[in-house]
Amino acid sequence: MSIASLWIVAEPGAGSFTSTTLELLTHARSLTSSLSVVTWNEGASLAAQAGEYGASTLYDVGSLDGALPGAPVAAAIAALVASKGAPDAILIPNSYDGRDIAGRLSARLDRPVLTNATGLVDDGALTTEHPVFGGAQIVHARFSGAGPGLVVVRAKSFAGEPSGGSSPVVESAPAGDLGASGASRILTTHVEEREGPKLEEAPVVVSGGRGLGEASKYALIEELAKLLNGAAGASRAIVDAGWVPYSHQVGQTGKTVKPTVYIACGISGATQHMVGMKGSKNIVAVNKDADAPIFQIADLGIVGDVNQVLPALIDALRARG
Amino acid sequence: MNIVVCVKQIPDPAAPQSLDASHNLDRSGKLILDEADTYGVEMALQLVDKAGGGDVTVVSMGSASDVAGIRNALAMGATKAVIVSDDALRGSDALTTAKVLAGVIGRDMPDLVLCATESSDGYTGTLPVQLAELLKLPSITFAKSVSVESGSVKVERQTEAGYDEVSAPLPCVVSVTAGVVEPRYASFKGIMAAKSKPLETLSVADLGLDGQVGPAGARQSIVDVVAAEARQGGEKYVDEGDGAAKIVAFLESIKVL
Repeated sequence: MSIASLWIVAEPGAGSFTSTTLELLTHARSLTSSLSVVTWNEGASLAAQAGEYGASTLYDVGSLDGALPGAPVAAAIAALVASKGAPDAILIPNSYDGRDIAGRLSARLDRPVLTNATGLVDDGALTTEHPVFGGAQIVHARFSGAGPGLVVVRAKSFAGEPSGGSSPVVESAPAGDLGASGASRILTTHVEEREGPKLEEAPVVVSGGRGLGEASKYALIEELAKLLNGAAGASRAIVDAGWVPYSHQVGQTGKTVKPTVYIACGISGATQHMVGMKGSKNIVAVNKDADAPIFQIADLGIVGDVNQVLPALIDALRARG
Repeated sequence: MNIVVCVKQIPDPAAPQSLDASHNLDRSGKLILDEADTYGVEMALQLVDKAGGGDVTVVSMGSASDVAGIRNALAMGATKAVIVSDDALRGSDALTTAKVLAGVIGRDMPDLVLCATESSDGYTGTLPVQLAELLKLPSITFAKSVSVESGSVKVERQTEAGYDEVSAPLPCVVSVTAGVVEPRYASFKGIMAAKSKPLETLSVADLGLDGQVGPAGARQSIVDVVAAEARQGGEKYVDEGDGAAKIVAFLESIKVL
């Protein structure tokens, strides 16, 4: 293996590292024999899981006392690079906090960062893959100069599977004093309740776009999703318009989904959107415009008004019981 | 209160996009103000208004030969603009861009720096935090609401599950999501006024960044660009009242029903 070592920014979630973290660990262990994770807050209590997914060392930044992770975690990693030497690359999940950590770390280490990666290949050196123009083309990129390379990787780029490894060695990796840079504090946390399965995990995703015509029509999307035991998603256009919360957004800036079937309703298929749903096993599209780009990737395309097709579909599903 | 808004002029996303021979995005066509940046401009105008006055300065890096997008931000009501334009900056990565913008902003530190969460052309999405780190400022990204009171900024920050209320002392860098406010349209009066508003053009040398920026500073290289495996479209029908039945049959065929 030409990749001597990789570090992974391991984002703690409730009782587990986030799924993107576990996907990264799974893929990274096929690229190198020396895999370490850097984590914070409750992450240290998940050391056994990091081991099961192939990490041999866990660096614990410790409790952040309510600070946003970006600045302190980046400072801790920069200190580790100084004391331990740089790994070939540091892989970071594409998430709100992941992007913050990547940006802060990039400026601290004076190293560029490659974002939106969906593939990592050992090609004599670490080569990254990035879809551009809505996934029509793939850019292969590589770092030059001294390490570490910083790569932010999109969710669902790899499958996540444990390898049954033993618990890693745990080392403390404090952030130190950050001054003003680390002064952002979380005051309160709000969870937006959603019914049904999570958007990223649902086997069926029904998404609505501008073609619905008005915000109240999004109820059709929710109803259909419920009847199919799926989750309701949205295009950026209607999230920007304030019809539904950002947490529903599928696409480049939103969530990446790969359900068994994705039903796009009134969505034209902007490149922004396609990146987030192109990997779906089956795609159904309903759109008034016969030339909408979404039809180019749909297994079944219905050229029609969503406000006629969806109520009929809902009736048909209800009739089945 | 003085606010800097970082903006970018980009090729119209509605027009076909391509990479040039150096694998850089072809920017030779008409440039427009990134729509994602109009939210920051609007937010800045509202916050300054609420604070009882101050300057909104628009800062950008890119070609100065076409500044219609920058003028658009001025027409919305921004006080003045600074654009850093230099052939040496062609092919710059996000960190280099952040260094250039930090060079401009650091000359006269504002109370607040606003950015979009990411540009609509490169969508790297790291610039706001890189900028904050270089300026040694706190940052709050993915703001869906922003308020300023007694020396600190309070933000509702988007999270995977909902949102967090986050606060930081000023000065601070905040990135705002689209939809955070409704951007105003420039009025005729605003468009006329924008023509005489100050627009300063700086070079890399003016900022003392010679030799530290540009492609040489972009320590990553593109190996190649290949066409992705195309996903084939399937069957397409015009709905004649049978669209719903066709979808039901399809869902049955893939065993979702």
